Amino acid sequence: MAAISREEVAHLARLSRIEMTDTELDHLASEMGLILDSVSKVQGVAGDDIPPSSHAISMQNVMRPDVVVASLTTEETLSGAPAREDDRFKVPQILGEE
Amino acid sequence: MSTEIIHQTAAQMSAELASGNVTAVELASAHYDRISAVDGDVHAFLHLDREGALAQAAGVDVLRKAGEKVHPLAGVPLALKDVLTQKGVPTTCGSKMLEGWRPPYDSTVVTNLKKAGIVILGKTNMDEFAMGSSTENSAYGTTRNPWDLSRIPGGSGGGSSAALAAFEAPLAIGTDTGGSIRQPAAVTGTVGVKPTYGTVSRYGLVAFSSSLDQAGPCARTVLDTAMLHEVIAGYDPKDSTSINAPVGKMVEAAKKLDVKGMKIGVVKELAGDGYQAGVTIRFNEALEALVSAGAEIIEVSAPSFEYALAAYYLIAPAEASSNLARFDSMRYGIRIGDDGSRSAEEVMKMTREVGFGKEVKRRIILGTYALSSGYYDAYYGSAQKVRTLIKRDYEAAFTKVDVLVSPTCPTTAFKIGEKSEDPLAMYLNDVCTIPINLAGIGGMSLPCGLAPEDGLPVGFQIMSPAMKDELMYQVSGTLEAALQSSWGKPLYASAPELSVR
Repeated sequence: MAAISREEVAHLARLSRIEMTDTELDHLASEMGLILDSVSKVQGVAGDDIPPSSHAISMQNVMRPDVVVASLTTEETLSGAPAREDDRFKVPQILGEE
Repeated sequence: MSTEIIHQTAAQMSAELASGNVTAVELASAHYDRISAVDGDVHAFLHLDREGALAQAAGVDVLRKAGEKVHPLAGVPLALKDVLTQKGVPTTCGSKMLEGWRPPYDSTVVTNLKKAGIVILGKTNMDEFAMGSSTENSAYGTTRNPWDLSRIPGGSGGGSSAALAAFEAPLAIGTDTGGSIRQPAAVTGTVGVKPTYGTVSRYGLVAFSSSLDQAGPCARTVLDTAMLHEVIAGYDPKDSTSINAPVGKMVEAAKKLDVKGMKIGVVKELAGDGYQAGVTIRFNEALEALVSAGAEIIEVSAPSFEYALAAYYLIAPAEASSNLARFDSMRYGIRIGDDGSRSAEEVMKMTREVGFGKEVKRRIILGTYALSSGYYDAYYGSAQKVRTLIKRDYEAAFTKVDVLVSPTCPTTAFKIGEKSEDPLAMYLNDVCTIPINLAGIGGMSLPCGLAPEDGLPVGFQIMSPAMKDELMYQVSGTLEAALQSSWGKPLYASAPELSVR
């Protein structure tokens, strides 16, 4: 079985910005092992000559003319804000004390 | 009136509206009465926009009365999956994260529905952020299958499929990333179409896996689905992956009722062990009906499909881990722990711990792992190569046949709770539906009978080449007519009566 430690899951949770309890970490570590075992069958299926597909249909970047079009008003944009101050989103401190 | 009209098809309702036998307001009210009577048990809806819908319906009635030309579906009610934004109407995606959020804009799908005068009754339940096959991952409770209330209605779009099967709406919108339209359609005896990727705008569709997500039409009949398809499909400059080319004529194709000379490929890899006996029986009967209608059945092989599920469960979580980073509690959605002492990052972590459910966290962690340095090539990179192989399998198959077919799901609806603690067993539900999302082509499910062993609906899947979705409608329209004439009535008419409150 693909082994994934609780510390590795804790690291992934930190990267994902999700707080997790020890119980959750233990549970996920064992589940992740099983899931990785199952999905690892993709390895070695395609040879080096097979290009990866990031998308189903080949696409290219789309540009539009640089003209001003209607967009949301300030009120609409802020309508779902958990907290606001004047015409801005109010967020918790972004820099630590140290 | 109310008990009769709600059992009609959308096409019939459209005719009744046009002839003035019923008004759009009466039609919407009849559906709200039905919802009041049965949705306590079914729980298809998360939110009803009674006021907005009745105002919309009244507007349509005014236009009709004034003799204005309106869309044939104007005034016909619809149930909207709660993953698409509708201005001012709660949109939760089945997640605590978005509890109370009222989007300030309409998705393009909703804009198109409103333009056609289709009346949006409310928002339907779903697995959180469309991750699941049963609606058990919704933060707001499980939807129940109208055929058997102890069973799942499919997922993630189980609310939409259940609303159709329970006659709470004749039309619905779903979204399909790995089968979330087709699997719910299969287990509820309804019809659902995943259009070619890029033909229905994703603007305002809350993203799960951007390279796979596609909204599509759902209904009780092939013709109704085709009519709705034509309303929502088309180029949208607001979606950078929208295809700027005309989509086919779905309604015309659905009405052809002719498959003479068509070549229909049965995918060898999507059958055999693990498929319920009754599913295989009904699938084979449908093939016979197509042969009787003049089609030629050819067995084709798609060897890479064996790896589709594994590739999907790397690609979709990888994209999800990136897409769901937007739920950071700063601009919308819930915010937890902001007491003035904590940093933005701490608040973010606490919010995401509370706001996301188990399956969503599982997929974010899996996706983050698949994308992390040292594992990227082995997991995400390998999965993307498998995706190329799957596309090539389809390309090869479509040189031999016009469309491909398979059962939509290996089994009929399972019991609520049966698989909720076993993610791998749950993922296996999608084994037949996932390959088309990876290839971006069209796929649909329509009912092909009831499994003899449990009396539950079986779904028949049709897959068509990219930008040829009309072929699915041609085949499904013919098959539906043939099966209904052998049954003597449509399958949905055999659903057990729900107890009415």
